[in-house]
Amino acid sequence: MRVAMRATMRVAARAVMRAAARVAARVAGSCPTVCVRMALVLTIALCLGTLAACGSMPDSVIVVAGSTSVQPYAEVLAEEFEHQHSENGIDVQGGGSTAGVTAVESGIADIGMSSRSLKEAEQALWSIEIAKDGLAVIVHPQNPIADLSLTQVRGIYSGEISRWSELGGVGTQIHVIAREEGSGTRSAFEELVMGNHRITPRAIIQDSNGAVMQLVADDRNAVGFVSLGLVELHPDAVKALRLDGVEASGRNVVSGTYGLYRPFLFVTDGEPKGLTKQFVDFVLSAPGQQILEREGLVPVTADREDEG
Amino acid sequence: MKLSARAGQRIAKTLIWAAAVAVLAVLLFVILYVLIKGLPIVNWGFLTEIPRNMGRDGGIASTIVGTLLITLVAIVIATPFGLGTAFYLAEYTREGRITRIIRFSAESLAGIPSIVYGLFGFIFFVDILHLRWSILSGGLTLAVMILPTIIRTSEESIRAVPDIYREVCFSLSATKWQTIIKVVFPSALRGIANGVILSVGRCVAETAAVVLTAGAPLRMPSSLSSPTRTMAVHFYLLVREGISMDNAFGTAALIVILIFIINVGANALINRAMSKNRTR
Amino acid sequence: MMRKFREKLPGRIFFLLALSSISVLALITVFIVVQGAPIIARVGVIDFVFGMSWAPSQGEYGIFPMIVGSLSVTLGAVVLGVPIGICCSIFLAEFAPVRLRNLFRPAIQLLAGIPSVVYGLWGLIFIVPFIRNYMGGPGLSILAGSVVLAIMILPTVISISEVSILALPPAYKEGALALGMTHWQAIRSVQLPAAKSGIVAAVILGIGRAIGETMAVIMLLGNAVALPSSILDPIRTLTTNIGIEMGYATGEHREALFATGIVLFVVIMILNSTAQTIVKRKKDQ
Repeated sequence: MRVAMRATMRVAARAVMRAAARVAARVAGSCPTVCVRMALVLTIALCLGTLAACGSMPDSVIVVAGSTSVQPYAEVLAEEFEHQHSENGIDVQGGGSTAGVTAVESGIADIGMSSRSLKEAEQALWSIEIAKDGLAVIVHPQNPIADLSLTQVRGIYSGEISRWSELGGVGTQIHVIAREEGSGTRSAFEELVMGNHRITPRAIIQDSNGAVMQLVADDRNAVGFVSLGLVELHPDAVKALRLDGVEASGRNVVSGTYGLYRPFLFVTDGEPKGLTKQFVDFVLSAPGQQILEREGLVPVTADREDEG
Repeated sequence: MKLSARAGQRIAKTLIWAAAVAVLAVLLFVILYVLIKGLPIVNWGFLTEIPRNMGRDGGIASTIVGTLLITLVAIVIATPFGLGTAFYLAEYTREGRITRIIRFSAESLAGIPSIVYGLFGFIFFVDILHLRWSILSGGLTLAVMILPTIIRTSEESIRAVPDIYREVCFSLSATKWQTIIKVVFPSALRGIANGVILSVGRCVAETAAVVLTAGAPLRMPSSLSSPTRTMAVHFYLLVREGISMDNAFGTAALIVILIFIINVGANALINRAMSKNRTR
Repeated sequence: MMRKFREKLPGRIFFLLALSSISVLALITVFIVVQGAPIIARVGVIDFVFGMSWAPSQGEYGIFPMIVGSLSVTLGAVVLGVPIGICCSIFLAEFAPVRLRNLFRPAIQLLAGIPSVVYGLWGLIFIVPFIRNYMGGPGLSILAGSVVLAIMILPTVISISEVSILALPPAYKEGALALGMTHWQAIRSVQLPAAKSGIVAAVILGIGRAIGETMAVIMLLGNAVALPSSILDPIRTLTTNIGIEMGYATGEHREALFATGIVLFVVIMILNSTAQTIVKRKKDQ
């Protein structure tokens, strides 16, 4: 139904544009002023160019869209991939995990990036884990607190604990920073830490890992949660807290002692084919995984099986 | 005790001077800060290379191309429609309820936040028309966004052309079309061009609507159906993700310079066009 | 025959162009309403507009804190920006030495064209740390947003009020001076009242810009969805709600963002009608 509607609209749009071009051409012939004529010719050229472009989208470009947490890594991977296969292009695009999945469903993107597990309604899509990423709870480097229990973190984020003194720190108010609704990082945090509790509405909301990190780096009273990979790239800017005594590090994610992590997924509509498959294969290959590890993520093991 | 008129004048004058100096200081502070932080970053490589490593290295060539293309698409599409509408409203209809409704809706739509246009563009162009994230989707969205501004400014300047011009023309037995193209259009050109320049500036500076509709890849666009990242979006992402403040300021400085060039260049062009018209 | 056709043709084309422009503009309006109205109907207008809790994942859609956010940030920007802006336009129209004026005008034009995200970053670097260190709170706050928005509306307010002061017939000022008024008395009791409608229009346009701003305030306001208790608290506006969540939203959540758009639309329409009424009353006089 949706597809049919879209097809009809596309046909209609093209017909309209073609008609407009024809009318414009006629007018251009009868216009006295050069400048007007030029503008019209430009318009016509543009309309025609548009039609041509719509009709012949090159096969050698794929669109990868979704989670802003995965986006930087995908950009690095795409750059390396394009370096090896210069005839192909990978367009990486943010938007968010949910947007990525929706974009794949509606055919706007070839690969969706998700920084959370797929929800039940999304299980029909093909998906594969490309890496694991820890979630680090971060504070200002000069914050005396270095270790919290999961229950304490939950207390901070549900708003029950509002001063650092309740946790053994100074008496100032805690500035709670969270991500926005729909973010994969947020939903992973909600799932792993919050359980049935809600993140307090008083929390400051930022729309990217980088923004949360900058804010925490600038504010002694702030607490936030971000991708562990990002913290490992900037170890001096913020301090990642130990949770229940376990250090937040890639090694502890691999060994399973640090429980706060989520998968980074690539999602496609059906088994990947052509360039999409090439890119997915590249990401899962040893060089691809090495890039991810270098950038601070936890690579997936080789003897893995496809999901979904 | 009542202040004498002279003392009142002195106090008011001091306050007004103070306000003006404060405004000028803030304005210069903003502009100079961006230029001082940004200009040292800008060199030939910054202008001609494609961003590498998420924009940490390399230049911003692809975003410059993207910005220019999106702006071009938006202006080329919106100008004929906007001008046509303005001429229709000003020259071909009598003032009535319909023109009032059109004008009110154009004015309201000119005030609608760009993010709402982004919403519309994302669902309509990107998804329903299936243009995907592309220069075309972004350009069309921006075209829709600037259309009300172009209609309003053009209509105003067409109406500002004194009726006597038209009457003289008709009395020389010129047709309506001849009158419009030879007399009304040239006289209204400055106002119309100002509206278009304003719109160019808005397109270059727009972030919210573009990021939703044109995408954000770092590659050089290959056709109008490629997605692209504009300079303003590049700046926003560099800052937001904390990737590289240096390159962000370099980008910002270039945007400021680009807008300056557009303002100055367009003014010069109009002046030339106007003087040419006068000698003819 | 041919000649007649050619005479009629331009009018027809202009009509077609006008028709298509108008239908595109109508399409947007209809589109936003169609996308957003169902959720308002389901939640109920009162619960949507006055609801206190925004938690799309729990199916709770109340945007009252954001309405308060938009209004308070805009009010702050107006209180800070408008008096200075009007003073500045008086300065430019009446007192400024020619040289200074020639420096001012292009600077203002340039500032109107700078992307709002640049202002956002500027605020993040200078205003936010200042508030955090010297006034308390997290820094991201109504105050930070208001200060930066005040700067952003200055070009609009200054240029439009200046034009309306300059547009007055010189006889107004000359008459006032001839009656023995000082220059300031002439400005205050003759020129400003006469230019009132233009200045009001400038302020309303400035308000429109402040309410509509998205990216800069995303960076400065902190975006918390709770009623603030002071101007140092973070807050979310209607526009930032769309900007921050749009990329992520599907289904009902997306509809709710469109519904937020409808509310914005209504606010802008009200502002616009007010402006038109003011201008019209002035014309009638």
